[in-house]
Amino acid sequence: MITETKGYMSVNFLISQAKNIQIVIDENAAEIEALDQNIGDGDHIFNVQRGLKLVVELEDDIKNLPLQKGLNMIAMKVLSGIGGSSGALFGTFFMSMAKTPDLDKDIDFKKACEMVITGINAMKERGKADIGEKTMMDVLIPVSEKLNELKSSNTDMKEGLSEITKIAEDRMLATKDMLATKGRASFLGERAKGHIDPGARSSQLIIDTICKSLINK
Amino acid sequence: MKKFINNVDDFLKESLNGFGKAHSDIIKVNFEPNFISRKTKTKEGKVSLISGGGSGHEPMHGGFVGHGMLDAACPGFVFSAPTPDQMQAAAEHVDSGAGVLFIVKNYSGDIMNFQMGAEMYSGKNDSIITNDDVAVEDSTFTTGRRGVAATVLVEKIVGSLAENGGSLEECKKLGEKVNKNSGTMGVAFTSCTVPAAGKPTFNIGNDEMEFGVGIHGEPGRKREKIQPSKTIVNNMLEAILDDLKPQKNEKTLLFVNGMGGTPLTELYLVYDDACEMLKSKGIEITRSLVGNYCTSLEMQGASITLLKCDDEILKNWDAPVHTAAMRWGM
Repeated sequence: MITETKGYMSVNFLISQAKNIQIVIDENAAEIEALDQNIGDGDHIFNVQRGLKLVVELEDDIKNLPLQKGLNMIAMKVLSGIGGSSGALFGTFFMSMAKTPDLDKDIDFKKACEMVITGINAMKERGKADIGEKTMMDVLIPVSEKLNELKSSNTDMKEGLSEITKIAEDRMLATKDMLATKGRASFLGERAKGHIDPGARSSQLIIDTICKSLINK
Repeated sequence: MKKFINNVDDFLKESLNGFGKAHSDIIKVNFEPNFISRKTKTKEGKVSLISGGGSGHEPMHGGFVGHGMLDAACPGFVFSAPTPDQMQAAAEHVDSGAGVLFIVKNYSGDIMNFQMGAEMYSGKNDSIITNDDVAVEDSTFTTGRRGVAATVLVEKIVGSLAENGGSLEECKKLGEKVNKNSGTMGVAFTSCTVPAAGKPTFNIGNDEMEFGVGIHGEPGRKREKIQPSKTIVNNMLEAILDDLKPQKNEKTLLFVNGMGGTPLTELYLVYDDACEMLKSKGIEITRSLVGNYCTSLEMQGASITLLKCDDEILKNWDAPVHTAAMRWGM
Protein backbone atom coordinates (compact mmCIF):
# COMPACT_ATOMS: atom_id res chain seq x y z
CA MET A 1 0.00 0.00 0.00
CA ILE A 2 1.12 3.49 -0.75
CA THR A 3 2.89 5.39 2.02
CA GLU A 4 1.66 8.96 2.53
CA THR A 5 -2.11 8.78 2.69
CA LYS A 6 -3.66 11.77 4.33
CA GLY A 7 -5.68 14.62 2.93
CA TYR A 8 -6.47 13.49 -0.60
CA MET A 9 -9.74 14.61 -2.07
CA SER A 10 -11.37 17.40 -0.16
CA VAL A 11 -13.48 20.30 -1.33
CA ASN A 12 -10.43 22.54 -1.25
CA PHE A 13 -8.42 19.99 -3.19
CA LEU A 14 -11.10 19.92 -5.90
CA ILE A 15 -11.30 23.71 -6.13
CA SER A 16 -7.54 24.15 -6.31
CA GLN A 17 -7.32 21.45 -8.98
CA ALA A 18 -10.10 23.14 -10.96
CA LYS A 19 -8.06 26.36 -10.88
CA ASN A 20 -4.93 24.56 -12.11
CA ILE A 21 -6.87 22.78 -14.83
CA GLN A 22 -8.49 26.03 -15.92
CA ILE A 23 -5.05 27.53 -16.64
CA VAL A 24 -3.88 24.48 -18.60
CA ILE A 25 -7.11 24.19 -20.60
CA ASP A 26 -7.05 27.89 -21.46
CA GLU A 27 -3.45 27.53 -22.67
CA ASN A 28 -4.48 24.66 -24.95
CA ALA A 29 -7.91 25.98 -25.94
CA ALA A 30 -7.04 26.79 -29.54
CA GLU A 31 -5.65 23.32 -30.13
CA ILE A 32 -8.69 21.56 -28.64
CA GLU A 33 -11.06 23.76 -30.61
CA ALA A 34 -9.20 22.96 -33.82
CA LEU A 35 -9.34 19.22 -33.07
CA ASP A 36 -13.09 19.47 -32.52
CA GLN A 37 -13.61 21.40 -35.72
CA ASN A 38 -11.83 18.62 -37.60
CA ILE A 39 -14.15 15.87 -36.44
CA GLY A 40 -16.94 17.48 -34.42
CA ASP A 41 -18.65 20.82 -34.38
CA GLY A 42 -16.42 22.88 -32.14
CA ASP A 43 -18.47 23.12 -28.94
CA HIS A 44 -16.32 20.91 -26.69
CA ILE A 45 -13.77 23.49 -25.57
CA PHE A 46 -16.44 26.05 -24.68
CA ASN A 47 -18.29 23.46 -22.63
CA VAL A 48 -15.13 22.48 -20.75
CA GLN A 49 -14.17 26.11 -20.14
CA ARG A 50 -17.69 27.01 -19.00
CA GLY A 51 -17.71 24.05 -16.60
CA LEU A 52 -14.36 24.93 -15.05
CA LYS A 53 -15.39 28.53 -14.60
CA LEU A 54 -18.60 27.46 -12.85
CA VAL A 55 -16.74 25.13 -10.49
CA VAL A 56 -14.12 27.75 -9.61
CA GLU A 57 -16.89 30.28 -8.97
CA LEU A 58 -18.48 27.86 -6.49
CA GLU A 59 -15.53 28.23 -4.12
CA ASP A 60 -17.17 30.57 -1.60
CA ASP A 61 -20.37 28.50 -1.51
CA ILE A 62 -18.72 25.14 -0.92
CA LYS A 63 -15.34 25.68 0.72
CA ASN A 64 -16.62 24.96 4.23
CA LEU A 65 -18.93 22.12 3.28
CA PRO A 66 -18.30 18.43 3.92
CA LEU A 67 -16.98 16.55 0.89
CA GLN A 68 -20.21 14.80 -0.03
CA LYS A 69 -22.22 18.01 -0.06
CA GLY A 70 -19.48 19.81 -1.96
CA LEU A 71 -19.34 17.06 -4.59
CA ASN A 72 -23.11 17.12 -5.01
CA MET A 73 -23.10 20.87 -5.49
CA ILE A 74 -20.32 20.60 -8.05
CA ALA A 75 -22.27 17.82 -9.79
CA MET A 76 -25.44 19.87 -10.03
CA LYS A 77 -23.54 22.94 -11.20
CA VAL A 78 -21.75 20.99 -13.91
CA LEU A 79 -24.89 19.14 -14.92
CA SER A 80 -27.05 22.24 -15.20
CA GLY A 81 -24.46 24.72 -16.42
CA ILE A 82 -22.57 23.02 -19.24
CA GLY A 83 -24.79 21.06 -21.60
CA GLY A 84 -23.66 18.81 -24.41
CA SER A 85 -22.01 15.47 -23.79
CA SER A 86 -19.38 16.96 -21.47
CA GLY A 87 -21.97 18.31 -19.03
CA ALA A 88 -23.78 14.98 -18.75
CA LEU A 89 -20.55 12.99 -18.43
CA PHE A 90 -18.67 15.18 -15.95
CA GLY A 91 -21.88 15.77 -13.98
CA THR A 92 -22.31 12.00 -13.76
CA PHE A 93 -18.67 11.71 -12.64
CA PHE A 94 -19.09 14.02 -9.65
CA MET A 95 -22.55 12.74 -8.80
CA SER A 96 -21.36 9.15 -8.51
CA MET A 97 -18.20 10.16 -6.62
CA ALA A 98 -20.50 11.79 -4.08
CA LYS A 99 -22.24 8.45 -3.58
CA THR A 100 -19.05 6.69 -2.39
CA PRO A 101 -19.62 5.50 1.22
CA ASP A 102 -17.74 6.92 4.23
CA LEU A 103 -16.87 10.27 2.70
CA ASP A 104 -17.08 11.86 6.15
CA LYS A 105 -13.91 10.01 7.20
CA ASP A 106 -10.39 11.04 6.22
CA ILE A 107 -9.79 10.25 2.56
CA ASP A 108 -6.51 8.42 1.96
CA PHE A 109 -5.00 7.79 -1.44
CA LYS A 110 -6.67 4.41 -1.76
CA LYS A 111 -10.08 5.89 -1.04
CA ALA A 112 -9.45 8.75 -3.46
CA CYS A 113 -8.58 6.18 -6.15
CA GLU A 114 -11.82 4.32 -5.43
CA MET A 115 -13.81 7.51 -5.81
CA VAL A 116 -12.28 8.33 -9.17
CA ILE A 117 -12.76 4.75 -10.37
CA THR A 118 -16.44 4.87 -9.35
CA GLY A 119 -16.83 8.15 -11.19
CA ILE A 120 -15.24 6.90 -14.39
CA ASN A 121 -17.32 3.70 -14.32
CA ALA A 122 -20.46 5.80 -14.09
CA MET A 123 -19.35 7.90 -17.07
CA LYS A 124 -18.74 4.74 -19.06
CA GLU A 125 -22.24 3.57 -18.22
CA ARG A 126 -23.84 6.93 -19.07
CA GLY A 127 -22.04 7.38 -22.38
CA LYS A 128 -22.24 3.69 -23.32
CA ALA A 129 -18.73 4.04 -24.70
CA ASP A 130 -15.76 1.75 -24.19
CA ILE A 131 -12.12 1.93 -25.17
CA GLY A 132 -11.35 1.99 -28.89
CA GLU A 133 -14.30 4.20 -29.86
CA LYS A 134 -12.39 7.48 -30.15
CA THR A 135 -13.82 9.34 -27.17
CA MET A 136 -12.59 10.65 -23.82
CA MET A 137 -13.16 7.14 -22.44
CA ASP A 138 -10.07 6.00 -24.35
CA VAL A 139 -8.07 8.02 -21.85
CA LEU A 140 -10.24 7.66 -18.75
CA ILE A 141 -10.81 3.90 -18.74
CA PRO A 142 -7.09 2.95 -18.84
CA VAL A 143 -6.41 5.59 -16.17
CA SER A 144 -9.13 4.05 -14.01
CA GLU A 145 -7.66 0.56 -14.54
CA LYS A 146 -4.23 1.78 -13.51
CA LEU A 147 -5.65 3.47 -10.40
CA ASN A 148 -7.29 0.20 -9.50
CA GLU A 149 -3.91 -1.54 -9.75
CA LEU A 150 -2.11 1.20 -7.82
CA LYS A 151 -4.49 1.37 -4.89
CA SER A 152 -3.59 -2.13 -3.78
CA SER A 153 0.05 -2.32 -4.86
CA ASN A 154 3.28 -1.28 -3.20
CA THR A 155 4.26 1.11 -5.95
CA ASP A 156 5.49 4.49 -4.77
CA MET A 157 2.61 6.90 -5.22
CA LYS A 158 4.56 9.48 -7.18
CA GLU A 159 5.94 6.79 -9.46
CA GLY A 160 2.41 5.50 -9.97
CA LEU A 161 1.04 8.94 -10.81
CA SER A 162 3.86 9.46 -13.24
CA GLU A 163 2.93 6.20 -14.97
CA ILE A 164 -0.65 7.46 -15.17
CA THR A 165 0.37 10.65 -16.98
CA LYS A 166 2.22 8.44 -19.47
CA ILE A 167 -0.78 6.15 -19.98
CA ALA A 168 -3.10 9.13 -20.47
CA GLU A 169 -0.80 10.65 -23.05
CA ASP A 170 -0.30 7.40 -24.98
CA ARG A 171 -4.02 6.66 -25.05
CA MET A 172 -4.85 10.22 -26.10
CA LEU A 173 -2.38 9.99 -29.01
CA ALA A 174 -3.74 6.56 -29.93
CA THR A 175 -7.17 8.04 -30.69
CA LYS A 176 -5.62 9.65 -33.76
CA ASP A 177 -5.71 6.49 -35.85
CA MET A 178 -9.04 5.24 -34.59
CA LEU A 179 -12.34 5.13 -36.41
CA ALA A 180 -14.94 6.81 -34.23
CA THR A 181 -17.94 4.68 -33.36
CA LYS A 182 -19.44 6.90 -30.64
CA GLY A 183 -20.13 10.61 -30.38
CA ARG A 184 -20.31 13.18 -33.12
CA ALA A 185 -17.13 12.03 -34.85
CA SER A 186 -18.83 8.68 -35.50
CA PHE A 187 -20.78 10.29 -38.33
CA LEU A 188 -17.53 10.80 -40.23
CA GLY A 189 -16.51 7.21 -40.83
CA GLU A 190 -13.03 6.94 -42.34
CA ARG A 191 -12.65 10.71 -42.35
CA ALA A 192 -12.28 10.79 -38.56
CA LYS A 193 -8.99 8.95 -38.87
CA GLY A 194 -5.86 11.04 -38.54
CA HIS A 195 -7.31 13.38 -35.93
CA ILE A 196 -6.90 13.14 -32.16
CA ASP A 197 -10.23 13.12 -30.34
CA PRO A 198 -10.79 16.50 -28.63
CA GLY A 199 -12.44 14.90 -25.59
CA ALA A 200 -9.48 12.55 -25.20
CA ARG A 201 -7.12 15.53 -25.37
CA SER A 202 -8.99 17.61 -22.78
CA SER A 203 -9.29 14.59 -20.46
CA GLN A 204 -5.58 13.86 -20.81
CA LEU A 205 -4.74 17.46 -19.92
CA ILE A 206 -6.95 17.24 -16.84
CA ILE A 207 -5.33 13.96 -15.68
CA ASP A 208 -1.86 15.32 -16.39
CA THR A 209 -2.47 18.49 -14.40
CA ILE A 210 -3.82 16.67 -11.35
CA CYS A 211 -1.08 14.02 -11.33
CA LYS A 212 1.72 16.54 -11.76
CA SER A 213 0.43 18.74 -8.96
CA LEU A 214 0.43 15.69 -6.64
CA ILE A 215 3.87 14.60 -7.81
CA ASN A 216 5.30 18.06 -7.11
CA LYS A 217 3.52 18.38 -3.77
CA MET B 1 -17.80 37.33 -37.65
CA LYS B 2 -20.69 39.56 -38.65
CA LYS B 3 -23.76 38.87 -36.54
CA PHE B 4 -26.37 40.75 -34.57
CA ILE B 5 -24.75 40.38 -31.16
CA ASN B 6 -24.43 42.64 -28.14
CA ASN B 7 -22.41 40.34 -25.94
CA VAL B 8 -21.64 36.72 -26.82
CA ASP B 9 -22.59 35.54 -23.32
CA ASP B 10 -26.05 37.13 -23.63
CA PHE B 11 -26.71 35.80 -27.14
CA LEU B 12 -29.11 33.02 -26.20
CA LYS B 13 -30.90 34.91 -23.43
CA GLU B 14 -31.56 37.94 -25.62
CA SER B 15 -32.74 35.83 -28.52
CA LEU B 16 -35.13 33.91 -26.23
CA ASN B 17 -36.36 37.22 -24.82
CA GLY B 18 -37.25 38.39 -28.31
CA PHE B 19 -38.91 35.10 -29.15
CA GLY B 20 -41.04 35.36 -26.02
CA LYS B 21 -42.11 38.91 -26.83
CA ALA B 22 -42.82 38.21 -30.50
CA HIS B 23 -45.02 35.21 -29.79
CA SER B 24 -46.55 36.09 -26.46
CA ASP B 25 -49.98 35.05 -27.79
CA ILE B 26 -48.83 31.41 -28.07
CA ILE B 27 -45.87 30.74 -25.79
CA LYS B 28 -44.04 31.75 -22.66
CA VAL B 29 -40.27 31.68 -22.24
CA ASN B 30 -39.16 30.49 -18.79
CA PHE B 31 -35.62 31.16 -17.57
CA GLU B 32 -33.26 29.35 -15.20
CA PRO B 33 -33.72 26.67 -16.19
CA ASN B 34 -34.61 27.70 -19.73
CA PHE B 35 -37.64 26.22 -21.43
CA ILE B 36 -40.40 27.45 -23.71
CA SER B 37 -43.92 26.34 -22.83
CA ARG B 38 -47.37 26.98 -24.24
CA LYS B 39 -49.14 29.98 -22.83
CA THR B 40 -52.05 27.78 -21.81
CA LYS B 41 -52.03 24.90 -19.36
CA THR B 42 -51.99 21.35 -20.78
CA LYS B 43 -55.53 19.93 -21.09
CA GLU B 44 -56.44 17.28 -18.55
CA GLY B 45 -55.63 13.85 -19.98
CA LYS B 46 -53.49 15.14 -22.84
CA VAL B 47 -50.03 13.61 -23.22
CA SER B 48 -47.32 16.30 -23.18
CA LEU B 49 -44.65 16.40 -25.86
CA ILE B 50 -41.28 17.89 -25.00
CA SER B 51 -38.37 18.28 -27.34
CA GLY B 52 -35.18 20.27 -27.28
CA GLY B 53 -31.62 20.43 -28.38
CA GLY B 54 -28.84 22.90 -28.96
CA SER B 55 -29.90 26.36 -30.15
CA GLY B 56 -29.01 27.51 -33.64
CA HIS B 57 -31.61 25.34 -35.40
CA GLU B 58 -34.48 27.82 -35.11
CA PRO B 59 -37.36 27.64 -35.55
CA MET B 60 -36.72 24.10 -34.24
CA HIS B 61 -37.80 23.45 -31.46
CA GLY B 62 -39.22 26.56 -29.75
CA GLY B 63 -41.06 27.57 -32.92
CA PHE B 64 -43.04 24.33 -32.74
CA VAL B 65 -44.49 24.87 -29.28
CA GLY B 66 -48.23 25.44 -29.48
CA HIS B 67 -51.54 23.82 -30.28
CA GLY B 68 -51.17 20.59 -32.26
CA MET B 69 -47.45 20.27 -31.74
CA LEU B 70 -45.10 20.53 -28.72
CA ASP B 71 -45.99 21.45 -25.15
CA ALA B 72 -42.47 22.56 -24.31
CA ALA B 73 -39.02 22.93 -25.82
CA CYS B 74 -35.67 23.03 -24.02
CA PRO B 75 -33.03 25.13 -25.78
CA GLY B 76 -29.36 24.46 -25.01
CA PHE B 77 -26.50 26.78 -25.84
CA VAL B 78 -25.78 27.08 -29.56
CA PHE B 79 -25.18 23.53 -30.85
CA SER B 80 -24.88 22.10 -27.33
CA ALA B 81 -27.46 19.76 -25.84
CA PRO B 82 -29.70 21.24 -23.12
CA THR B 83 -29.22 20.15 -19.52
CA PRO B 84 -31.28 17.61 -17.50
CA ASP B 85 -32.70 20.22 -15.12
CA GLN B 86 -34.31 21.98 -18.12
CA MET B 87 -36.11 18.79 -19.14
CA GLN B 88 -37.14 18.08 -15.56
CA ALA B 89 -38.51 21.60 -15.05
CA ALA B 90 -40.33 21.55 -18.40
CA ALA B 91 -41.91 18.17 -17.63
CA GLU B 92 -43.04 19.31 -14.19
CA HIS B 93 -44.50 22.46 -15.73
CA VAL B 94 -46.51 20.90 -18.56
CA ASP B 95 -47.49 17.38 -17.47
CA SER B 96 -51.24 17.14 -16.86
CA GLY B 97 -50.87 13.66 -15.41
CA ALA B 98 -51.19 11.82 -18.73
CA GLY B 99 -47.43 11.54 -19.07
CA VAL B 100 -44.62 13.10 -21.05
CA LEU B 101 -43.10 11.98 -24.33
CA PHE B 102 -39.60 13.31 -24.95
CA ILE B 103 -38.64 13.68 -28.62
CA VAL B 104 -34.86 13.47 -28.92
CA LYS B 105 -32.57 13.74 -31.93
CA ASN B 106 -29.92 11.04 -32.08
CA TYR B 107 -26.85 12.95 -30.93
CA SER B 108 -24.87 11.64 -27.95
CA GLY B 109 -25.19 14.82 -25.90
CA ASP B 110 -28.94 15.06 -26.44
CA ILE B 111 -29.46 11.39 -25.61
CA MET B 112 -27.46 11.56 -22.36
CA ASN B 113 -29.00 14.79 -21.10
CA PHE B 114 -32.56 13.75 -21.96
CA GLN B 115 -31.99 10.38 -20.28
CA MET B 116 -30.82 12.10 -17.12
CA GLY B 117 -33.74 14.54 -17.29
CA ALA B 118 -36.15 11.61 -17.67
CA GLU B 119 -34.55 9.85 -14.68
CA MET B 120 -34.89 13.02 -12.60
CA TYR B 121 -38.57 13.47 -13.52
CA SER B 122 -40.80 11.42 -11.25
CA GLY B 123 -43.90 11.39 -13.48
CA LYS B 124 -44.76 8.87 -16.18
CA ASN B 125 -42.58 9.45 -19.24
CA ASP B 126 -41.13 7.82 -22.33
CA SER B 127 -38.88 8.90 -25.20
CA ILE B 128 -38.54 8.55 -28.94
CA ILE B 129 -35.26 9.05 -30.72
CA THR B 130 -35.22 10.33 -34.29
CA ASN B 131 -32.49 9.12 -36.66
CA ASP B 132 -33.59 9.98 -40.18
CA ASP B 133 -30.26 11.06 -41.68
CA VAL B 134 -29.39 8.55 -44.40
CA ALA B 135 -25.93 10.10 -44.89
CA VAL B 136 -24.65 8.06 -41.98
CA GLU B 137 -24.62 4.31 -41.81
CA ASP B 138 -26.91 2.83 -39.19
CA SER B 139 -25.38 0.34 -36.80
CA THR B 140 -26.14 -0.95 -33.34
CA PHE B 141 -22.44 -0.77 -32.45
CA THR B 142 -22.14 2.95 -33.08
CA THR B 143 -24.00 6.14 -32.28
CA GLY B 144 -25.82 5.40 -35.55
CA ARG B 145 -27.65 7.90 -37.74
CA ARG B 146 -28.27 11.50 -36.83
CA GLY B 147 -31.70 12.84 -36.04
CA VAL B 148 -32.32 15.83 -38.31
CA ALA B 149 -35.18 17.47 -40.26
CA ALA B 150 -37.70 14.61 -39.96
CA THR B 151 -37.87 15.53 -36.28
CA VAL B 152 -40.10 18.44 -37.43
CA LEU B 153 -42.49 15.98 -39.08
CA VAL B 154 -42.49 13.72 -36.01
CA GLU B 155 -43.33 16.68 -33.79
CA LYS B 156 -46.20 17.81 -36.03
CA ILE B 157 -47.75 14.40 -36.58
CA VAL B 158 -47.42 13.09 -33.01
CA GLY B 159 -48.47 16.52 -31.75
CA SER B 160 -51.80 16.12 -33.52
CA LEU B 161 -52.37 12.66 -32.08
CA ALA B 162 -51.59 13.90 -28.56
CA GLU B 163 -53.97 16.84 -29.05
CA ASN B 164 -56.71 14.40 -30.01
CA GLY B 165 -56.33 12.21 -26.96
CA GLY B 166 -53.72 9.66 -28.03
CA SER B 167 -52.16 7.78 -25.11
CA LEU B 168 -48.44 7.89 -24.30
CA GLU B 169 -48.01 4.45 -25.89
CA GLU B 170 -49.95 5.42 -29.03
CA CYS B 171 -47.97 8.66 -29.40
CA LYS B 172 -44.68 6.83 -29.06
CA LYS B 173 -45.75 4.21 -31.59
CA LEU B 174 -46.80 6.82 -34.17
CA GLY B 175 -43.60 8.81 -33.61
CA GLU B 176 -41.51 5.74 -34.23
CA LYS B 177 -43.47 4.98 -37.38
CA VAL B 178 -42.96 8.49 -38.77
CA ASN B 179 -39.25 8.30 -37.98
CA LYS B 180 -38.90 4.90 -39.59
CA ASN B 181 -40.82 6.08 -42.69
CA SER B 182 -38.54 9.12 -43.13
CA GLY B 183 -35.19 9.64 -44.76
CA THR B 184 -33.19 12.88 -44.95
CA MET B 185 -30.12 13.96 -46.85
CA GLY B 186 -28.41 17.34 -46.49
CA VAL B 187 -25.94 19.38 -48.53
CA ALA B 188 -24.00 22.48 -47.46
CA PHE B 189 -22.34 25.12 -49.64
CA THR B 190 -20.88 27.18 -46.80
CA SER B 191 -20.04 26.74 -43.15
CA CYS B 192 -21.75 28.36 -40.19
CA THR B 193 -20.22 30.39 -37.35
CA VAL B 194 -21.00 29.51 -33.74
CA PRO B 195 -21.11 32.88 -31.90
CA ALA B 196 -18.85 31.65 -29.06
CA ALA B 197 -16.28 30.44 -31.61
CA GLY B 198 -16.35 33.61 -33.70
CA LYS B 199 -15.12 31.84 -36.80
CA PRO B 200 -16.54 29.34 -39.30
CA THR B 201 -16.89 25.73 -38.10
CA PHE B 202 -15.26 24.34 -41.24
CA ASN B 203 -13.44 25.55 -44.31
CA ILE B 204 -14.94 24.92 -47.70
CA GLY B 205 -13.84 26.12 -51.11
CA ASN B 206 -15.94 28.51 -53.21
CA ASP B 207 -16.66 25.71 -55.67
CA GLU B 208 -17.19 22.94 -53.13
CA MET B 209 -20.09 21.38 -51.27
CA GLU B 210 -20.32 18.99 -48.34
CA PHE B 211 -22.58 16.10 -49.31
CA GLY B 212 -24.36 14.55 -46.33
CA VAL B 213 -23.72 17.43 -43.93
CA GLY B 214 -25.22 17.32 -40.45
CA ILE B 215 -27.15 20.13 -38.81
CA HIS B 216 -24.12 21.52 -36.95
CA GLY B 217 -21.86 21.80 -39.95
CA GLU B 218 -20.30 18.49 -39.04
CA PRO B 219 -19.01 16.73 -42.14
CA GLY B 220 -21.01 14.14 -43.99
CA ARG B 221 -20.30 11.61 -46.70
CA LYS B 222 -17.89 13.49 -48.93
CA ARG B 223 -16.59 16.82 -50.17
CA GLU B 224 -17.39 17.44 -53.84
CA LYS B 225 -17.34 20.13 -56.50
CA ILE B 226 -20.71 21.86 -56.77
CA GLN B 227 -22.96 20.71 -59.60
CA PRO B 228 -26.21 21.81 -61.23
CA SER B 229 -29.16 21.58 -58.84
CA LYS B 230 -30.72 18.66 -60.75
CA THR B 231 -27.58 16.57 -60.21
CA ILE B 232 -27.31 17.43 -56.52
CA VAL B 233 -31.01 16.77 -55.93
CA ASN B 234 -30.86 13.48 -57.83
CA ASN B 235 -27.91 12.33 -55.72
CA MET B 236 -29.67 13.35 -52.51
CA LEU B 237 -32.87 11.55 -53.48
CA GLU B 238 -31.00 8.45 -54.67
CA ALA B 239 -29.49 8.14 -51.21
CA ILE B 240 -32.92 8.54 -49.59
CA LEU B 241 -34.69 6.13 -51.95
CA ASP B 242 -31.95 3.53 -51.46
CA ASP B 243 -32.71 3.64 -47.80
CA LEU B 244 -36.51 4.09 -47.75
CA LYS B 245 -37.32 1.84 -50.70
CA PRO B 246 -40.79 3.28 -51.34
CA GLN B 247 -43.26 1.24 -53.42
CA LYS B 248 -44.35 2.49 -56.81
CA ASN B 249 -47.27 4.92 -56.34
CA GLU B 250 -46.63 5.08 -52.61
CA LYS B 251 -47.88 8.35 -51.12
CA THR B 252 -45.18 10.61 -49.75
CA LEU B 253 -44.60 13.97 -48.10
CA LEU B 254 -41.72 15.90 -49.69
CA PHE B 255 -39.99 18.31 -47.32
CA VAL B 256 -37.33 20.70 -48.63
CA ASN B 257 -35.64 22.31 -45.66
CA GLY B 258 -33.31 25.32 -45.78
CA MET B 259 -30.20 25.34 -43.59
CA GLY B 260 -30.60 29.03 -42.81
CA GLY B 261 -28.58 30.81 -45.49
CA THR B 262 -30.29 29.68 -48.67
CA PRO B 263 -33.17 31.79 -50.00
CA LEU B 264 -36.64 30.33 -50.48
CA THR B 265 -36.30 30.98 -54.20
CA GLU B 266 -33.62 28.30 -54.33
CA LEU B 267 -35.53 25.96 -52.04
CA TYR B 268 -38.49 26.03 -54.46
CA LEU B 269 -36.13 25.30 -57.33
CA VAL B 270 -34.88 22.29 -55.35
CA TYR B 271 -38.50 21.28 -54.78
CA ASP B 272 -39.15 21.42 -58.52
CA ASP B 273 -36.12 19.26 -59.28
CA ALA B 274 -37.13 16.80 -56.58
CA CYS B 275 -40.70 16.54 -57.94
CA GLU B 276 -39.42 15.75 -61.38
CA MET B 277 -37.04 13.08 -60.15
CA LEU B 278 -39.65 11.43 -57.92
CA LYS B 279 -42.23 11.54 -60.72
CA SER B 280 -39.83 9.69 -62.99
CA LYS B 281 -39.63 6.95 -60.33
CA GLY B 282 -43.42 6.75 -60.04
CA ILE B 283 -43.52 8.09 -56.50
CA GLU B 284 -46.57 10.14 -55.60
CA ILE B 285 -46.07 13.37 -53.69
CA THR B 286 -49.24 13.96 -51.67
CA ARG B 287 -48.04 16.63 -49.23
CA SER B 288 -45.30 19.25 -49.23
CA LEU B 289 -43.34 21.43 -46.88
CA VAL B 290 -40.77 23.99 -48.06
CA GLY B 291 -38.91 26.44 -45.86
CA ASN B 292 -36.38 26.96 -43.10
CA TYR B 293 -37.49 24.65 -40.28
CA CYS B 294 -34.37 22.85 -39.07
CA THR B 295 -31.48 25.20 -39.66
CA SER B 296 -27.76 25.42 -38.92
CA LEU B 297 -27.36 29.11 -38.13
CA GLU B 298 -26.45 30.91 -41.38
CA MET B 299 -25.26 27.87 -43.31
CA GLN B 300 -26.09 27.83 -47.02
CA GLY B 301 -27.54 24.53 -48.05
CA ALA B 302 -30.64 22.40 -47.88
CA SER B 303 -31.87 19.03 -46.84
CA ILE B 304 -34.52 16.89 -48.46
CA THR B 305 -36.74 14.65 -46.36
CA LEU B 306 -39.11 12.11 -47.82
CA LEU B 307 -41.81 10.63 -45.60
CA LYS B 308 -43.84 7.61 -46.67
CA CYS B 309 -47.42 8.37 -45.64
CA ASP B 310 -50.31 6.14 -44.66
CA ASP B 311 -53.79 7.40 -43.72
CA GLU B 312 -52.91 7.82 -40.05
CA ILE B 313 -49.89 9.97 -40.89
CA LEU B 314 -51.82 12.06 -43.42
CA LYS B 315 -54.75 12.65 -41.07
CA ASN B 316 -52.43 13.88 -38.33
CA TRP B 317 -50.35 15.96 -40.72
CA ASP B 318 -53.46 17.78 -41.97
CA ALA B 319 -54.82 18.46 -38.47
CA PRO B 320 -54.83 22.07 -37.24
CA VAL B 321 -51.63 23.51 -35.80
CA HIS B 322 -50.86 26.89 -34.29
CA THR B 323 -47.23 27.52 -33.40
CA ALA B 324 -44.80 30.36 -34.08
CA ALA B 325 -43.34 28.62 -37.12
CA MET B 326 -46.16 26.43 -38.41
CA ARG B 327 -49.80 27.36 -38.60
CA TRP B 328 -52.72 26.00 -40.54
CA GLY B 329 -56.33 24.97 -40.07
CA MET B 330 -56.91 27.40 -37.18
